[in-house]
Amino acid sequence: MKNKSNRQKVFIHILLIGGAVLTLVPFLWMVLTSLKTMTEAVQVPPIIFPERFRWENYEKALSILPFGKFYYNTIVSTAWRTIGQILFCSMAAYAFARIEFPAKETIFLILLSVLMVPGQIFLIPQYLIISKIGLLNTVTALVLPGLFSAFGTFLLRQFFMTFPKSLEEAAILDGCNHFRIYWNVMMPLAVPGLVALAIFTILAGWNDLMWPLIVNTSMDKMTLSAGLASLQGQHLTDYPVLMAGAIAAIWPMILIFILFQRSFVEGIAITGTKG
Amino acid sequence: MKRRDKNTRTRHVNHLSNKRLNDWMWAYLMIFPTTAGLFVFYIYPFFQSFFYSFTDLGSFGQYAWVGLQNYVRLVGDTEVWQALLNTVIYTVLSVPVGICLSILIAALLNSKIKGLGTYRTLYFLPAVTMPVAIAMVWRWLYNMDYGLINSILERFSIEGRAWVSDPKFALYSVIIVAIWSTVGYNMVIILAGMQQCSRTYYEAAEIDGAGTITKFFKITIPLITPTLFFVTVMSLIRAFQVFDTIYLMIERNSTALERTQSLVYLYYRNAFILHEKGYASANVMVLFVIILIITYIQFKSQNKWVHYE
Repeated sequence: MKNKSNRQKVFIHILLIGGAVLTLVPFLWMVLTSLKTMTEAVQVPPIIFPERFRWENYEKALSILPFGKFYYNTIVSTAWRTIGQILFCSMAAYAFARIEFPAKETIFLILLSVLMVPGQIFLIPQYLIISKIGLLNTVTALVLPGLFSAFGTFLLRQFFMTFPKSLEEAAILDGCNHFRIYWNVMMPLAVPGLVALAIFTILAGWNDLMWPLIVNTSMDKMTLSAGLASLQGQHLTDYPVLMAGAIAAIWPMILIFILFQRSFVEGIAITGTKG
Repeated sequence: MKRRDKNTRTRHVNHLSNKRLNDWMWAYLMIFPTTAGLFVFYIYPFFQSFFYSFTDLGSFGQYAWVGLQNYVRLVGDTEVWQALLNTVIYTVLSVPVGICLSILIAALLNSKIKGLGTYRTLYFLPAVTMPVAIAMVWRWLYNMDYGLINSILERFSIEGRAWVSDPKFALYSVIIVAIWSTVGYNMVIILAGMQQCSRTYYEAAEIDGAGTITKFFKITIPLITPTLFFVTVMSLIRAFQVFDTIYLMIERNSTALERTQSLVYLYYRNAFILHEKGYASANVMVLFVIILIITYIQFKSQNKWVHYE
C-alpha cells in the first residue's frame, strides 16, 4: 500500500515536472538567446550556452529604444490606474453594499452592464474623447478610462456585503459619518479584496497593448508593451537584442510576482470565486 | 405627557429623515466618481459606437449617416466571415484544451504532494508576462530556419515548418501559444476551488472504497462546477476578443494573416490603420452580439451541469 502511494507520488511529480519544463523552456530560451551573439543564436543545430555572456545586447536594446521613458510611462500610468480604481471602486462599492438610497439597484445594474460588453466597443469613442480634449500622446491618456472599473466595484461590493451590520452600528452611535465608517472601519477589513483588485489592475495596466497603441503614437509616450511591439514591427531580426528588450520589459512584473506570490495567487483566486 | 410624546415622535421622525437625507448625500457622493467615469468613458461610448455603426466616421469624429450600408457591406465581406471562422476555431480549440490541462494540473497539485508552492509559481509565470514578450519569444521558437522547435523536430527527422507564415499552420501555432499562456492562470483559480472542497465527502467515499479516479470524477468535478463555470465563461469571452498574440506573431503582409486574423484584429485594422471607423463600429457590434449570445447560452445551460451547494 505504502509502495503504491509512493509510486503514485513519483508519477505525479514526473508529470508536473514535464509540465513545468514546457512552461519554462520559452523563458530559458529567451534568457539564453539574449546573451548570445547573432552568430551563436542562428547556429544550426542550436547551441544551448553562449561562449561568453554578451551583456552588450542589453545595452544595445536599451539604446535602440527609449526604455527609460517606457518604464516611466508604464509605471506612472499603472500606478495611477491602480490608486484610482482602489479609491473610486471601494467608495462606490461601500455605498452600494452598506447604504440604502433611491435608485440604488437601477444604478448598480446599469454600471454592471458594462461587464457584458467587450472592451473594444468603447475604444473609438474613448479615442475621440481623448483626442478632442487634446490628450493624445500624454500619460494622462493612458490613465483616464482605466481609472474607473465596473469589475472592481462589483468585486469590492461582494466584499463589503459580507461584513456584519453591527460593525457600522457601533460607529454610527459614536457619531461617525459614512466616510469615516468606510475609511476607518471597512477599508482595513477589506484589505484582501483591495489587494486582489490592485493585482488585477497592475497586471492589466502593465501588459495592456491596444489602448496605448492607439492613443500614444509618439515614441517617448509609449508604454513598455507598445514600445516593444514597435521594435517587433521594425522587422528587426537581431534576435539576441529582441530577447534582451523583451526581458527588460518583463522582469519588473516577474520580480513583483515572486516577491508577493502569496498575494497574487490568493488575489487571482478571489477574483475567481467572488467575481 | 401626551404632548411630550408627540414631540419626541416628531423629533424622532425629523431625526430619521435627516439621517436618511444624510445617508443619501453620502451615497451619491461616494458613487459619483465611478458612476460619472463609467458613464463618460463606457456607457455613453457604447451607444455612440452603436450610432457610429450607421455612419461614415472620419478620424476627427465628423460623420455622415449611411444607414445600413456598413452592415450590408459586412454581410458581403468575405474577410469578416473568414475572421469570424478564425476566431471560432481559435476559441473552440484553445478554451477546452486549456481548461482540461488546467484541471489536470490543479488535480495533480491538489494531491498533497511536496513542492506545491514552487510548481504553482512556475506554472503561473506566463500569466504575469507581457503578451508582447510572449509573442516575441514564441516567434523566435517557431522560426523556420533557426527556431528551437524545428531543430528539435529535425533531430527526430521530422521536416520543419514555417509555423507562423504558412497559412495552414499559423492559426494553430497561435492557439498553442494561447494555451501555454493561460493554463497557469486558470489552474490557480481551479486549484483554489478544489481546496475549498470539504474533506467529509472524500472520507465517505473512501469508506465505500472509491479509488482516486472515481473520487475525482464523482466528487471533485461536481464540487468545483461553479468555479469551472466561471473559468469557462471568462475564457470564452477572452478568447473571442483575442488580439495581442495575432497582432504580434503574424507579419502584416504575411499570406497567413487572412487565415489567422480575429474579429478584434479586423476591427483594430479597420478603425485605426485603414481609418474606416464607421465600418469598424459595425464590426465590433457583431462581436458584441456574438459574446452576448455565448454568455446567454452559458447561463441558460448552467443548471444542467453546475451544482451550487
